Amino acid sequence: MEQYDIAIIGGGGAGLTAALYSARARRRTVVFEGEVTGGQIATTDIVENYPGFPDGINGFDLAQLFHRQAEKFGAETAYERVERLQRQPDGGFELGTAERTIRARAVIVTAGAAYNKLGVPGEAELTGRGVSYCGTCDAAFFTGMDVIVVGGGDSALDEGMFVARYARSVNVVHRRDTLRASAILQERAFATPNMRFTWNSVVERIEGEGQVERAVLRNVKTGEVSVVPISAVFIFIGQTPNNHLLEGLVELDASGHAIVDLQMRTRVPGLFVAGDLRTQAARQLISAAGDGATAAIAAEHYLADLDRQGPTAK
Amino acid sequence: MAEVREVTDATWDSDVLKSDLPVLVDFWAPWCGPCRMVAPIVQELSEEYAGKVNFMKMNTDENPMVPSKFGIRSIPSLLIFKGGELKGTVVGFRPKSDLKKRIDEALV
Repeated sequence: MEQYDIAIIGGGGAGLTAALYSARARRRTVVFEGEVTGGQIATTDIVENYPGFPDGINGFDLAQLFHRQAEKFGAETAYERVERLQRQPDGGFELGTAERTIRARAVIVTAGAAYNKLGVPGEAELTGRGVSYCGTCDAAFFTGMDVIVVGGGDSALDEGMFVARYARSVNVVHRRDTLRASAILQERAFATPNMRFTWNSVVERIEGEGQVERAVLRNVKTGEVSVVPISAVFIFIGQTPNNHLLEGLVELDASGHAIVDLQMRTRVPGLFVAGDLRTQAARQLISAAGDGATAAIAAEHYLADLDRQGPTAK
Repeated sequence: MAEVREVTDATWDSDVLKSDLPVLVDFWAPWCGPCRMVAPIVQELSEEYAGKVNFMKMNTDENPMVPSKFGIRSIPSLLIFKGGELKGTVVGFRPKSDLKKRIDEALV
């Protein structure tokens, strides 16, 4: 069975930074990239708030640079989804994927969060047929068409403005009458000529034969129901932490995020959680990367302590 | 090493529909981040399934006809064809183990 010093679950900003630090500490390191889509950053058109790139940088390109930097120092990549994480009697960990089982002396979980679904009729059936969770991926298919964007946070506006470059009109449907998004994004969105807002409204149903043709909206204040002919529904309504590997192993907060200390340590020795999956995360690339570095340094201290105690304590 | 070749609107019939082997086609575009993450996985699969399945990719920016015929509105999309018929569709980024399962199901 393959034996690593440090296994990292998740290849986003936190995971790849942890891999960089672990590899540079000369620990045998593997990053599992099957759980999240290489990180949420990979689908971001332009990252403008990561220091060092004053003109912004494409999210996928930045993720590739993170990846290359980690591999340069010897981190291995596995495109497998970790389905099982177990602590062993000797204090080490066993990780199972569909293909194999490996062992690691320390584990850093950076599995992040997954985009929420609306959970309305038509959504699942029409996914890939006009229902989308990635504006930068699918906007071009709706050139010159009318579309809806659901949500009121940074992602909804950011992706909505990207979609607006292609679509004839973008109607942002938000269940409240104010946006949660940052001020600069709101300013830009309100100034985007083909973008408009439908406040206090939710999507009740998505309909169409083989592809999205219309959405049924309901005003939550007045109860008024309207049918809007559109070709696509882009959905950005928050995230749910990818915590299933941690259940029963570490303490979770009320929203399902892992409770860690300032060194990203969980209550299980040798098990660390960093990035969007941890409690009270700022959910930014820079803070995820910072978390990853902190966790890797703490993991290195943990392993160094074990090494000092001698091979029997391993 | 098995190569993931480009297929175009023009070569679609001969490369995919009339292929003796089943064909997996990866619909992608240069500006799509998740597509670029799928690419190395498709490359690995093409090596594992060498001689059993052909792996091809189609740039949806340069080839409007085939994607519209199959109603592709989201990329990455992977379509699996056998004997000229569509046997399976995978939309979005999926782990390698999922893709293998879908390919194996489509081959039956």
